[in-house]
Amino acid sequence: MNTFDQQKRKRFSLIIGLLFVLIIVMFFVSLSIGVIPISPGEVIQTLLGNGTDQQELVLFDFRLPGIVLALLIGTGLAVSGVILQGVTQNELAEPGILGINTGAGFAVVLFIFFFQNGLGLNSTLSIFAMPFFALVGAMGAALLVYLLAWKKGVNPIRLVLVGIGVNAGFSALLMIFQLKMDPQDFRQVTVWLSGDIWNANWSFVLALLPWMLLLIPLALQKATVMNVLTLGDEVASGLGSSVEKERRYLLVIAVALAGAAVAAGGAIAFLGLVVPHIARKLIGPAHHYIIPISALLGALLLMVADMIGKNLLAPAQIPVGIVVSILSAPYFIYLLMKAK
Amino acid sequence: MLSVINHSPILKSLINLVAIAALGLAIALSVSFGATDISFATVWQAVTQFNPELTTHQIIQELRLPRAFAAALVGAFLAVAGALMQGMTRNPLASPSIMGVTDGAAFAMVVTLVFFPALSNTGMTFASLAGAGVAVVLVFMVGSFSTGGLTPVKLALAGVAIGTLLRSVSSTISLHFQVEKEMGFWLAGSLSGVTWANVQMLTFAGVVGLLIALAISKSVTILSLGEDIATGLGQNNLAIKILGIIAALVLTGTAVSIAGTVGFVGLIVPHITRFIMGTDYRWIIPSSAIFGALLLVLADVTARLVNAPFETPVGAITSLIGVPFFLYLARGSGGGK
Repeated sequence: MNTFDQQKRKRFSLIIGLLFVLIIVMFFVSLSIGVIPISPGEVIQTLLGNGTDQQELVLFDFRLPGIVLALLIGTGLAVSGVILQGVTQNELAEPGILGINTGAGFAVVLFIFFFQNGLGLNSTLSIFAMPFFALVGAMGAALLVYLLAWKKGVNPIRLVLVGIGVNAGFSALLMIFQLKMDPQDFRQVTVWLSGDIWNANWSFVLALLPWMLLLIPLALQKATVMNVLTLGDEVASGLGSSVEKERRYLLVIAVALAGAAVAAGGAIAFLGLVVPHIARKLIGPAHHYIIPISALLGALLLMVADMIGKNLLAPAQIPVGIVVSILSAPYFIYLLMKAK
Repeated sequence: MLSVINHSPILKSLINLVAIAALGLAIALSVSFGATDISFATVWQAVTQFNPELTTHQIIQELRLPRAFAAALVGAFLAVAGALMQGMTRNPLASPSIMGVTDGAAFAMVVTLVFFPALSNTGMTFASLAGAGVAVVLVFMVGSFSTGGLTPVKLALAGVAIGTLLRSVSSTISLHFQVEKEMGFWLAGSLSGVTWANVQMLTFAGVVGLLIALAISKSVTILSLGEDIATGLGQNNLAIKILGIIAALVLTGTAVSIAGTVGFVGLIVPHITRFIMGTDYRWIIPSSAIFGALLLVLADVTARLVNAPFETPVGAITSLIGVPFFLYLARGSGGGK
């Protein structure tokens, strides 16, 4: 048992190290490619403060905030997915499928619809207010799904089906409001809803960072509880967990992570589903390993997807959520075929 | 689900007649309501003694009538397609929108509208059919390759995944060519701008699809009892399924090519019809057509009135009606375990 544990730990350190290296490499790659190419050497020079004005502008004002934001959003969605899958004991649970993303999106669209003229979309106030609105929407959707799926307890399958239904309802409401906007706003909202790290700037990073710094340690702290919950409700309560209370606490963390991520990056589907699966394949079922690996993997995947979206059809950009969908929907379908 | 009235063909026929009368009334409402309200008397005149010099007569003949008929036909087609799918797969959640079929058709339409804008209406319809076909093949492939078969939950999830995938590609294309608002309205389902040419197209395809559906309705009833029973009774299940899929594709594809992705009609109408008419598909299919038509005509009227003078996509209205029903199903037969 002990040697097994050590092996596991060694493997964990190895994977974490590898992910770090990959993130750093891809970080420099995405900093350097784009409409105005900047070689990796120049990137380092610029970061050290020796670049030209143009290079500084491109890096510090455009590329760097976008990339940092992608890293944060990827982390948030992936950890949210880990928690949701662990808590609902459902391998197909994910903020997108459960309607949480659409709920958050709906709240943000309402916000834009009613307040945009007064505030201006990129005013500091609206940037910091948006995560709160998204959070309220995400919480509302999650609560709705939870209540509607309740029938002497929450059955995982019912939860997913109810999630699909709630998702469709919110999409319909969204569409009604969206079509009342003028074409310019409509385009912006469509891009954002497709999952886009739009108008990335440092204010968004600052608005999102505290949420991640607060919520991810909370999730890590509950890793053992999640391990117990995965064993099933009966075993968990037998081992002395107050199942329903812990489940609600964890759900709140997951929903808050997803809500904050949606506020900054729009509705990015499937990322929260696929990453935990890959992490489980890499390291096994223990949550204190899965959470850190998923966090890094989610960050890496979203950064790469963002890079692909920005450069594949340049100068036109594909919203990152669409890239993620196209990359991971086939994997989801594969999982579905294997699921019993 | 037990039927309210199981054994009385006279009562069933009576219900159908009442529904047809209601449909007539709904169409009349649909023609008379709008940006300018037109009295029933004028509507009647415009139909019986058309005078091309009167604007109101023009509006009725060129805008309102084709739209009302198109709504009725699209609703009927989607409902019958849903009834066929549910009967053949014995899956309470089977329907064009849940299975991603409407998304497939919509995807094909976006591709043709952007890359081949000169294509004729007929060409568009065929493209839409092809897209619907691709989505169905994908969903059934997921079903046949998966361990444990295509359960209701898996079907819904596979539909969601394939639908999301196809929608993603559709939005990439429309964002890239900057036509997202036009596409958005159409993707959300809308009957504005329907012409007589569209109605002709719908009628033609509908006759084919509905005839096939009616012809196999007895076999679908037997199939809905279970494949083993159907085989035991000497039925060629494969042939029936192929015919059924063709009919469902023709009906869905044509409907989407004209009205966009109108969701949930194909899910809820067959359930309501089964509740009223019992388990015999010889009754379910024609009644679904009537009820579906009635539902969509009324939904279209609502879509025009909710936020007048602006239009709300009719697909959003049907979704708002359909979601509670879907949730009810998810809590009951579909998700029960």
